[in-house]
Amino acid sequence: MSTMVQSEARSRAWRLWLTSGPGLFWIILFLLLPSGIMLGIAFFTNSDFGSPVLPLSLSSFSQVAGFGILGWTSANFTVLIRSLLQAGIATTMTILLAYPLVFFIVSRPANLRPVLLLFAIVPSWTNQVVRTYAWMQLLNPFAPVSHLAQSLGLIPPHLGLMPGNFAVFIGLTYNYLPYMVVPLYAAVEKLDWTLVEAGRDLYASGPKLFFNAVFPQTVPGLLSGIILVGIPAFGDYVVPQLLGGDKAMMLGSLIASQFTFSPDWPYGAALTIIMLVFTCIGLVVFRRLTQRLGGGEGAML
Amino acid sequence: MSASVSAKRGAISLTGITRIFAGTIPAVDHIDLEIQAGEFFTLLGPSGCGKTTLLRMIAGFEAPDEGRIVISGREMQGVPAHKRAVNTVFQSYALFPHLNVEQNIGFGLKMQGVKAAERKKRVDAIMDMMQIGQFATRSAAQLSGGQRQRVALARALVNEPEVVLLDEPLSALDAKLRAELQIELLRMQKRLGMTFVFVTHDQHEALVMSDRIAVMSKGRIQQVGPVLDVYEKPKNVFVAEFLGLSNIWAFEPVSAHEARTAIGVLNIGENLTGPGMAMIRPEKIWLYSDNAFEAGRPNMFLGKICEAIYMGASTQYRIELQCGQFLTAYDTNNQAAERSWRPGEAVAVELKPENIMLVEA
Repeated sequence: MSTMVQSEARSRAWRLWLTSGPGLFWIILFLLLPSGIMLGIAFFTNSDFGSPVLPLSLSSFSQVAGFGILGWTSANFTVLIRSLLQAGIATTMTILLAYPLVFFIVSRPANLRPVLLLFAIVPSWTNQVVRTYAWMQLLNPFAPVSHLAQSLGLIPPHLGLMPGNFAVFIGLTYNYLPYMVVPLYAAVEKLDWTLVEAGRDLYASGPKLFFNAVFPQTVPGLLSGIILVGIPAFGDYVVPQLLGGDKAMMLGSLIASQFTFSPDWPYGAALTIIMLVFTCIGLVVFRRLTQRLGGGEGAML
Repeated sequence: MSASVSAKRGAISLTGITRIFAGTIPAVDHIDLEIQAGEFFTLLGPSGCGKTTLLRMIAGFEAPDEGRIVISGREMQGVPAHKRAVNTVFQSYALFPHLNVEQNIGFGLKMQGVKAAERKKRVDAIMDMMQIGQFATRSAAQLSGGQRQRVALARALVNEPEVVLLDEPLSALDAKLRAELQIELLRMQKRLGMTFVFVTHDQHEALVMSDRIAVMSKGRIQQVGPVLDVYEKPKNVFVAEFLGLSNIWAFEPVSAHEARTAIGVLNIGENLTGPGMAMIRPEKIWLYSDNAFEAGRPNMFLGKICEAIYMGASTQYRIELQCGQFLTAYDTNNQAAERSWRPGEAVAVELKPENIMLVEA
C-alpha cells in the first residue's frame, strides 16, 4: 500500500519536473542568472576602461540617481521620465488605434477576419530594425510628410520629423501596435453580445453602452495588451536609437551606451537593475488590476 | 379589440409582423396579436418557430420587415431598445460579470439617471421581495442557477417596465427548482400586475403559467386563446399534438352527429358539415373491464392493453382495439380509480361524444 502511494508520488514529481523543468531551466539560465550577474556588477567600481573592478561600492547607484563628479544633474531623471512618458503615450496610442481596428475586424464576415487580423500582424514579422529604418525614410527632412509639416509651420524649415520625440512616438506606436491588437482581438472576438443586448434593454446607449457593457468585457485583453506594449516600449532600444537623436534618448539607449561608446559597466548594470525594478512594479500593479477587474471571470472558470 | 384597450399601459398590439432573415423563408410571417395589459401571455412553439424572434422585435433588438408594433398605445417603429419601457429576462440571464448582484439590479435605474439614494431604496425593496438580499454584494458568478434567475428577474422588475419579456428563463434549471420558480414567477406577475410575455417550448410550463397562449409554428400563430381552450379545443392537429398526447382520426360524416373513422363509427357532439379530423385527449377516454362492454352502445369498443407506463399519479396505456387500431389513454391512480390494468388484459373503452373535438388538418 505505502509503496503504491510512494510510487505514485514519485511519478507525480517526475511529471512535474518534465512539464515545468524546461521552462524553469530557461528562466534560470536566461533571466535570473544574467539579472543576478548584472546585480553583482552594479556593486563594483568602474575602471578607467569601463570594466568592473574592486572595491565594491554604491557609486554606480549614486550615478544613476544623478550624482557625478560635477555634482547633481537631472539628465538621468529626464531620461527615465521620458522613457515612462514615451511608453505611456505609445501604449495609449496603440489602445486608441486598436479598439476601432479590432471592432472593425470582428464586424466583418467570419471568413475574412483571420486575413484582416493577419494584415495587422504581418509587419511584426519583419525585423524591427528594418521597419524603423523605413520610418527614417518616411520622416526624414526631404520626405513629403516633412515638407507638409514644414509648410504648415509645425516644424522649422529644412528640418525633418525625425530625429526627435515625435518620431520615437510614431516608431514605438507602429512597432508595438500588433501586440495590442492581438490580445484585444482575442477578448473582443469572444465578447458576449447578449450582455450588450442586456445593456440596451436596460436603457444604455452610445458611449454609456460601450463603457458599461462592452468595455468591461475587453479589460482582460486590454491589460495583457498594456503589458505586452508598455513594458518593451519602456525599455526599447532600436527606435529611440534610430529615430530619437540626443534629445529623445530613452533608458534603453542610455544603458546600451554604457556597454559600447562610453563604457561604464557598473553604471550600466545599475541602470538595468533600476529598469528591472520599474518593470516589476508595473507587472505587480497590473497583476493586481487584472485580478480585481477580471475577478468575475476568474471565479467563473 | 378596441383602441382604448390596446392603449392601456402594458398592452401590446402586433399587426402584420413579418421578419425575413437572409434566406427567403420568413422567421415570423404576418403575425397579428393583441396582448392585454396585465396578462401572463405565453408564446409556445418548437424551436425555430419564430417565437424568440417575435419577442426580440417587441424588445427592440430586431426590427420587423413589415408590420406595426404598438406598446401601451405608442407606435414602436424607430424606437430603439433602450427607449422602450420593456425589460427582458434572457435565457442565459446575461448578468454583468463585472458587477455584483446589487449593481446588476440597479443597472437600468443608473442608466436612466435615477439618483443613488432612490436607486438603493428601490434595489433593496426588490431584493427583499425576491429574497436575494443576502447575495447583494456577490458577483453573478458566485450564484447558483436559481439565484441568477431571481437576480435577472429583479433586474427587469426594478425598472417597473410596462412589459416584461421572458425568453425561456427557466430552461436551464432542474425540474424541482423549475417548478418552484414557475409558481414564484406567476405570483410575482399577479402581485405586480405587469404584462408578462413568456417564451417557452415546454407545453407543460405554458399550461401552468399562462392566462393565454399563442401556439406558434413555422413563423405563424396556429391558435391563440385561454389555456383551457387551447388544450381542450385545439384548432388543428399541430396544436393538439404540441400541447400533449392525443388520439386523432380522419373521418367522413355519416349523419349530422355520426362520423366514420378508422376505429368505427363515432357519435360526435358537434355538428358535422364535411370530412375532417376528430381528436380526443387520452385522459378523456373511459376505461372499463371487458365485462362492462355493451354491444351496440355507441362509442364503446373492446380492446387489449399492449403497454402500461406507470407515471405516478396516472398510468398511460396503449390499447389495441379489436379493429387493429391503437389508442392512448390515461387513467388516474387515485382511490376512485376502478383498478389498474396490466398488458394483455382485455378492456372496454368509451369515447364520450362531448369529449371528441373536431380539429383542422
